[in-house]
Amino acid sequence: MRAGIAGWGTYIPRFRISTREIARVWGDDPLRIRDLYLIDEKTVENYDEDAVTMAVEAARRALARAEISPRDVDCVFVGTESKPYAVKPVASILIDALGLRYDVQAVDAEFACKAASDMMLLTALAIEAGRYKHGLVVGSDASQGEPGEHLDYSASAGAVAYVLTGDREKMCAEIEGFYSYCSDTPDFWRRDGSPFPVHGEGFTGEPAYFRHIIAAARGLMEKLGLKPNDFDYVVFHQPNTRFPLRVASVLGFPIDKAKPGIVVDRIGNTYNASALLGLAKVLEIAKPGSRILVVTYGSGAGSNAISLVVTDKIEHKRELADKLSEQLEKKILIDYSMNLRFRKLIKMLHSG
Amino acid sequence: MPDYNVPVPRYWRNIPTYYRLTVSRCRSCGRVYYPPRARCVCGSRDIEQVSLLDACRKFRLAEFTVLHSVSVDFEKQKPLIFGLVKCENPEVSLVSPITDVLNVGDLQSGIELEPVFRVVKRDGSYGIVCYGTKFRIATREVKV
Repeated sequence: MRAGIAGWGTYIPRFRISTREIARVWGDDPLRIRDLYLIDEKTVENYDEDAVTMAVEAARRALARAEISPRDVDCVFVGTESKPYAVKPVASILIDALGLRYDVQAVDAEFACKAASDMMLLTALAIEAGRYKHGLVVGSDASQGEPGEHLDYSASAGAVAYVLTGDREKMCAEIEGFYSYCSDTPDFWRRDGSPFPVHGEGFTGEPAYFRHIIAAARGLMEKLGLKPNDFDYVVFHQPNTRFPLRVASVLGFPIDKAKPGIVVDRIGNTYNASALLGLAKVLEIAKPGSRILVVTYGSGAGSNAISLVVTDKIEHKRELADKLSEQLEKKILIDYSMNLRFRKLIKMLHSG
Repeated sequence: MPDYNVPVPRYWRNIPTYYRLTVSRCRSCGRVYYPPRARCVCGSRDIEQVSLLDACRKFRLAEFTVLHSVSVDFEKQKPLIFGLVKCENPEVSLVSPITDVLNVGDLQSGIELEPVFRVVKRDGSYGIVCYGTKFRIATREVKV
């Protein structure tokens, strides 16, 4: 494609809670929990953070790396499933928070954890068609997990943003091709008005996550005439650490190609930001010429497989904003009670 | 009637200041005003709008105070920390909430801060979410 990434930006909350602490509160065996999910810590959004605030922060870093004026952005698309408003877009808040032009296309999209990658592909297609020069896409979620249930150990908060461009002088990774695979598979959902999603337990694995990711990845490799050996890095959606490592193995990728893109073990599942944060982590270490396979997954269900080739602009871009590796280190561990307070899970008569 | 109290037009008019720390700078004498003003004390009305997020590379904490008694709207956010934040170029000081602090001992005069976009207030269960700029300890030191 004649479209690629001009800049990326990441944002994760500073506050973290360990899965050991969650297990302590709910009477689970912390070793069994760690063995089940391979997650040590997850992010917790502060009381004053939500999907909007994280989206703004990630987008500011992406624009800094892209080295373009916010006035040159032609569209702003947001993928999220945890909007603070049921009706009122995140994208329009981004316009004023980032200083974008008002004659831009702006919309929020929802397909569980996959929407942000869909918006990336639609933006890339519009760029290739000559409709946009530069586009901004953000994946941001402060996701819900019912206390004491499976998701309490993994559902977390974070955002990632990409500025896409058709200008090769600004491109640090070119999109080589993509392949999508979707079906009606009810593995995870949240009904309107429900505070927490419902998880299909074992059903989330084989017929949902693995079927869609494997089909999308194989479909893309067949379409592009590529084999696992042709890729230097692979990044998959990360509801836990076990799933992406297992799907890498099923697809014939050695574990060393999958490990650099793993972020879930230290920050939990950031939903729309999950695989795309993994891609950002890989972009922080990839060399010019590296080929990266990213496969996102959204419950309900579908996957986008995207192949990217890193350009020689990558080294220069890295230092233009703070890195995910720095954000991972700058953390403050909290206990379960603070986690409940920050996530507004304590029922109160008076908010504020 | 739903319980919302924030006057939406006033919040909307102040969005440039809240979201992007937009200050006014006098083109005649260079004075900077935060919050923005339409007229400079030098008498000039030749004023430009400048976002401190674009213009200022480095913010430092001069002083701070910790509030345990706060107005009813912010009771669930106690303690509130307010800092006197110094921006070097343009030279301007502003009073701003400091966030992401669990241990007040982490704050010291002179440390570098970074602006962050945050929720300032949620207006009850049905009103608007008011966003604005706060500061927190910087992720990395900015080299100027």
